[in-house]
Amino acid sequence: MKLKANLISGRTADQGAHLEAKTYKGYFDACAYCELNSSDLGKLGVSEGDSLKVTTNFGEVVVFAKANDGNPDGLAFIPMGPWANAVLDPDTHGCGMPGLKGVPSEIEATKEEPLDMKSLMKQYRED
Amino acid sequence: MPVIKDAVCSLCGSLCDDITVTVEDNKITKIENACILGHSKFVGMFEHDRIEKPMIRKEGELVPVSYEEAIEAASKILVNSRRTLSYGWCSTSCEAISKAIQLAEETGSLIDSTANVCHGPSALAAQEKGAPGASLGEIKNRADVIVFWGCNPVHAHPRHMSRYSSFSKGFFSTKGRKSRKMVVIDVRKTDTAKLADKYVEIEQGSDLLLITALRSAVNGHEDVIPETVAGISKEEVLELAETLKNAQFSCIFFGMGVTQSRSKYKNGDGVSSLISDLNQHSKAVMIGMRGHYNVTGFGQVATWETGFPMAIDFARGFPYYNPGETGANDVLVREEADAAIISAADAGAHFPQKAVRHLAKIPVIQIDPYANPTTELADVVIPAAVVGIEAEGTAYRMDAIPLRMKKLIDTEFKTDEQIAKDLIAKVRELKEGA
Amino acid sequence: MSEILIKNANVCDPAQAINCETMDICIRDGKIVESVSENAKVIDAGGRLTMAGGFDGHTHSAGKINVGRFINPNDARKNLVPGLSGPEARTEKTRAQVGYNTPNTYAIGYRYAKLGYTTICEAAIPLLAARHTHEEFKEIPILDKMGLSLFGSNWQVMEYIRDKEPEKLAAYVAWGLKASRGYGVKIVNAGGGEAWGWGKNVSGLYDPVPNFDVTPAEILMGLAEANEKLQLPHSVHVHCNNLGKPGNYETTIETMKMFEKVKPVVDRQALHVTHVQFNAYAGTSWRDFETGAPMVADYLNGADHLTFDLGQVIFGPAVTMTADGPVEYANSRMLHEKWSNQDIELEDASGVVPLSYSPKSFINAVQWAIGIELALLVDDPWKMMFTTDSPNGGSFVNYPEAYTYLMSAKKREQIISGFGQMALDRMVLPGLDKELSFYELAIMTRSMQSKMYSRPEKGNLKVGSDADVAIYDIITSDIDPSVEHEKVKQAFSGATYTLKDGKVVVKDGKIEATPMGRTYWVNAKVPADIDSAMQKDTDIKFRKYYTVSKSNYMVEDSYLPIPVEISAEGEF
Repeated sequence: MKLKANLISGRTADQGAHLEAKTYKGYFDACAYCELNSSDLGKLGVSEGDSLKVTTNFGEVVVFAKANDGNPDGLAFIPMGPWANAVLDPDTHGCGMPGLKGVPSEIEATKEEPLDMKSLMKQYRED
Repeated sequence: MPVIKDAVCSLCGSLCDDITVTVEDNKITKIENACILGHSKFVGMFEHDRIEKPMIRKEGELVPVSYEEAIEAASKILVNSRRTLSYGWCSTSCEAISKAIQLAEETGSLIDSTANVCHGPSALAAQEKGAPGASLGEIKNRADVIVFWGCNPVHAHPRHMSRYSSFSKGFFSTKGRKSRKMVVIDVRKTDTAKLADKYVEIEQGSDLLLITALRSAVNGHEDVIPETVAGISKEEVLELAETLKNAQFSCIFFGMGVTQSRSKYKNGDGVSSLISDLNQHSKAVMIGMRGHYNVTGFGQVATWETGFPMAIDFARGFPYYNPGETGANDVLVREEADAAIISAADAGAHFPQKAVRHLAKIPVIQIDPYANPTTELADVVIPAAVVGIEAEGTAYRMDAIPLRMKKLIDTEFKTDEQIAKDLIAKVRELKEGA
Repeated sequence: MSEILIKNANVCDPAQAINCETMDICIRDGKIVESVSENAKVIDAGGRLTMAGGFDGHTHSAGKINVGRFINPNDARKNLVPGLSGPEARTEKTRAQVGYNTPNTYAIGYRYAKLGYTTICEAAIPLLAARHTHEEFKEIPILDKMGLSLFGSNWQVMEYIRDKEPEKLAAYVAWGLKASRGYGVKIVNAGGGEAWGWGKNVSGLYDPVPNFDVTPAEILMGLAEANEKLQLPHSVHVHCNNLGKPGNYETTIETMKMFEKVKPVVDRQALHVTHVQFNAYAGTSWRDFETGAPMVADYLNGADHLTFDLGQVIFGPAVTMTADGPVEYANSRMLHEKWSNQDIELEDASGVVPLSYSPKSFINAVQWAIGIELALLVDDPWKMMFTTDSPNGGSFVNYPEAYTYLMSAKKREQIISGFGQMALDRMVLPGLDKELSFYELAIMTRSMQSKMYSRPEKGNLKVGSDADVAIYDIITSDIDPSVEHEKVKQAFSGATYTLKDGKVVVKDGKIEATPMGRTYWVNAKVPADIDSAMQKDTDIKFRKYYTVSKSNYMVEDSYLPIPVEISAEGEF
C-alpha cells in the first residue's frame, strides 16, 4: 500500500544538537526518520521504528517511521539532513531556494534498513 | 578553574550572550544558561568527531598531510578551476567572512552563504518591499501580540521565547507571558504551536493566500475574501486580522515555513507588505528567525564589502548578483561549478541530491572543525578552530545586533580567518609563478 | 623620515585667510612644516588650486547605509556619474567596487579620496549596534573617520532629564560615547524615536514623549547642558523635529532660538543643525508648500551661536536613511516605495526608503532650490557646512555637480528653466544671483569643520596640521566658474593629487595608494562617584530591559585599528 503524502523537512532540537556530531549514531537517530500521524502509519500497517520507503520525483530514501499526531493526514515530515535531501526538490524556481517543503511523495512500508550517513553519502560518490 | 560569564553562544541565530562557562584543564566542563543546542556546542564539542589533521583524498581515501601540503593542494584547486563555488561561512566570525570574500574576489569565484537554503528568500523579499524590523528588545519590552509563522522556536531557537519573546518580561510587558497573545501559524501542530493562545493550521503551501487575505482584511476589503482560504475559515482570517490591527505592538517572527514553501520569496514579500499595511493601524514589525549563529553576519559583511548579501559572483571582476542564477544550489544543479570550497556550513548534509551529486564529481575543499557529510565528498580537508570557543570574533544576531564572541580555551587549530589568509597568500604566489 | 615639497600650489586656505595665492607647501612625516630639505620629493602643482583635504561632517557612510545597500541591489549597477559610480573590477591597488547612492565600503573610501576628501563623519551611530559602524569603518580605505552617537530618544537620557539629574546624565553621555567610540552627541527628532516605538511621533518641541514625561525641548536642552558640562569637542548635532513637513521652518527657528542661552566654554558653536533644507519648509500642506529658506536664513544671519549644513538635493535616485523612523514610514506610504525599519531597544529608531527627486515634481524642485537658497541667503560661510546628507539628498559623488549650483547662476538658470510655474511660484532662487567663490566653497567643505568639530589639525594647511591636501586641475586666474561650470565640476570630480598624511593617494583622478585611516573618538572624564551612581542605574536597564549583557555592550579596542582618543574633561 502506497500512501500519497506531502513531504516537508525542517529543524528539530535533536537534529540541531547533533549539527557538530553528524558522524554519530545520535545524528542518524535524529534525522533518518519520517513522521506521519498515527492514522497514516496505521494505513501503511507500520509501527514506530519500522522502515519506510519514501519516493518522490527526485529520488528515494529508506528511513524509519515515527508517529506525530500533530501532523494532519497526508503530511510527512523528515528532519533536514541527508535523508530528507535524498528526495527533496532541487529546483530553485529561479530564486535560489530549492524545494525543501511541499514535495509530493509516495510512502510505503519496506523491509530495507535506512542507510547510515556515510553509506548514504557514498552513493553520491559512486553515481 | 576559570568561570567565564556572559560568553556568547555560537550555535543559533539567538546568539544568547549570558552563558556561564567553567573551564578546567583547557576543557569546558560546565555550562549554565545554555539550551540543548548551546550545550551541544560548548560541552559536546569535546565528544564530537573532530577533524584532527589536514587530509587529502588519495585513491578514494582521506590521508593525513601537513598543513602546508593541504594549503598548496587547495590553492592549486582554486587557481586551476574556472568557476569555484565558495559556500558556507556562517558558523564562523565576520573577520573570517571578510577574508573569504577577499579570496573569492581574487579567484573570481562565486560566494554564497547558508541563506541559500534558509532565509535567502527573505533577502529577496526585503529587496522587493523592504524589511520593517526592530531589535529583539523591542519585542521583549513592548509586544503584546507575537506571531510565529512557519517557525518552531521550541526546536530551532529554544531560548528565544524566554529571552526575547513570549515569556520575556519587559518594561511595558511586566506580566511576561500574560502580557501577550501568542499566535502560531503552521501546517502541523508543532511543540511551539502547543504553547500558543491561538494556533492557526493552514494547508501546506498556502501561506501567500492567507497573507493576501489578511492584507485585504486590514485594508478594509473583507468582501474579496472567500469563505475558506488557506484551509481556514473567513471568520478565522478576520479574527486574526483584528488581533493584529488592535495590538499595541505586534511582531511576526517567520521561518522556513515562509521561505521554503511554495511562493518562496513572495511569502516574505507579502509579510513585509502586511506589516506596512498594519502600521496604518498599529505598530508592527517582522523578524526572520535566522538559523546559523552568524548567517546574519555573512549578510552584513558581504553587503558592505560587495553590495550584496549572498549569491555573489566575482567572475567579472566586480560583484554580480542574481539569485536563481548565482545561488549555490543554482550553480551546482546546473553543473556549472567546477570546484567548491565549503567552510563553516555543510552542503553535503543540507543540499538536495542533485546538487550533492555534482559536488561529488568536482574537487571539494572543506574547512571545518568537525567531520560531516561534506567530509565524505571532500578532496582536501583543513581542520579549523571552533569560533566562539577557541577563537574570538564578531557575530550578528538575527536582529542584526553585533556581539563579540570570546575565546574561552586555547587551541592548536588555525582559525578560518587564518586559513583563508593563507589561501589568499598561496593563491597569489601560484598565480605569480604561472 | 619622508619629505614632500609641493611647489607652485595656488593655495586657498581660509583658515589662514589665504585666498588663491601661489606658494609652496612643505610636508614632513605626514604634517605640514615650515621647510624641508633638498631631499624632499617634489610635486609640481603647476599653479593649480590647492586646498586642505575635504571634511564631510555629515554623511551616512557606515552602519545604517548597509540596510540601504541590502534592500537596493539595483543601486549596485547604477553608473550615473562615470568614474565615481557603478561596478568596477578589482585592480592591483583597489578592491572591487559597486554602487551609486550606497556604494560598498571600498568604493566609499576611493571615491571620497578622488573628490579630494580626506575626513568623514558618520552621521548616526546607534549605541547598541556601534560595533557595526566600526566594522564598516575598518573597510573604508584612506579616510579618517569619526561618528556621532545617538542619544535623543534614549530611555536613560529621558529619565535623567525627567528626574532632573544633570550630573548623571553627563556621566551617561560620556559612557555612551565610550561604549560606542563616538565623537559627538547626535539628536534626531528628539523623543520621536521613542514615540515611534509605538508607531507614533512627537508633533513638536513641546509634545511630551508618551510614557516618559519629557518634551523634545527638554531633551534638547538636557543633552546640550550635558554636552557643555563635559566640554565635548563638538556641540550637540541636531536633526530637528518635524523634518519634511510643510510649515516646519517654525520648529527649526524655535529650536535654534532655544540654544541662544547655551554658552559653551569650548571655542565653538552651541548647536549644529543638520540638513536644514529638509527643515526649511513653509506652507501648511503639500498644496501650499513653499520655501521657508528666507525666514530661516534671516534668523541665521542674526545668530552667532550655531552652525548648520545644507542637505542639498540632487535630482535623480537617492536613498533616504535616518533615525527619524516616522518620516521614513510616511515616505514609503506616500511614494509607494519599499520600507525598512530598525528600532533599537531603549535607544532610538531608524528607517530606510529609496526614492527619486525629479525636476518635474514641484515639490522636489522647491526642495532643490531651498538648499541653494540657504547657501546664498546666509551671509557668513563660516556658519555653513556643505552636505547633501549623503545619500538622503543624493550621493556624495555629486558634490562637484552641486558646487556648480553654488558658484554659477547660469548653471542654476539652466536647471530652473526646466521647472514648471507651480515650482517657480514657491521658491525665491530665481531672484538670487549671488555666486560663491572658491574661497567660500573651501570654507564650506573643509575650513569651517575644523572649528565645528574642534579639530585644529584638519581642514587647513597651517604648519602643524595634518598633510591632507587636495590639488585640483583649476587655474583660478584662468577660469570663470560662473561660465565654465562644467570645467569646475570636472576638476573637482577627480583631484590631480590627493595627499593623506603626506602620502599621495590619488593622482590624476586615480587611486595610487590605500593606507588605512584613523578613527577619532571622545573619552570624557567624569568624577568616579557620579559615574558609579550612573552605572547602578544602567545596571538595572541591562538586567531588566536590554537583551544583551552589559559586559558585552562596550565596543572593544580591536574594532579600532588606528584609534585617536580625544580627551574631554567635565566641569562638575
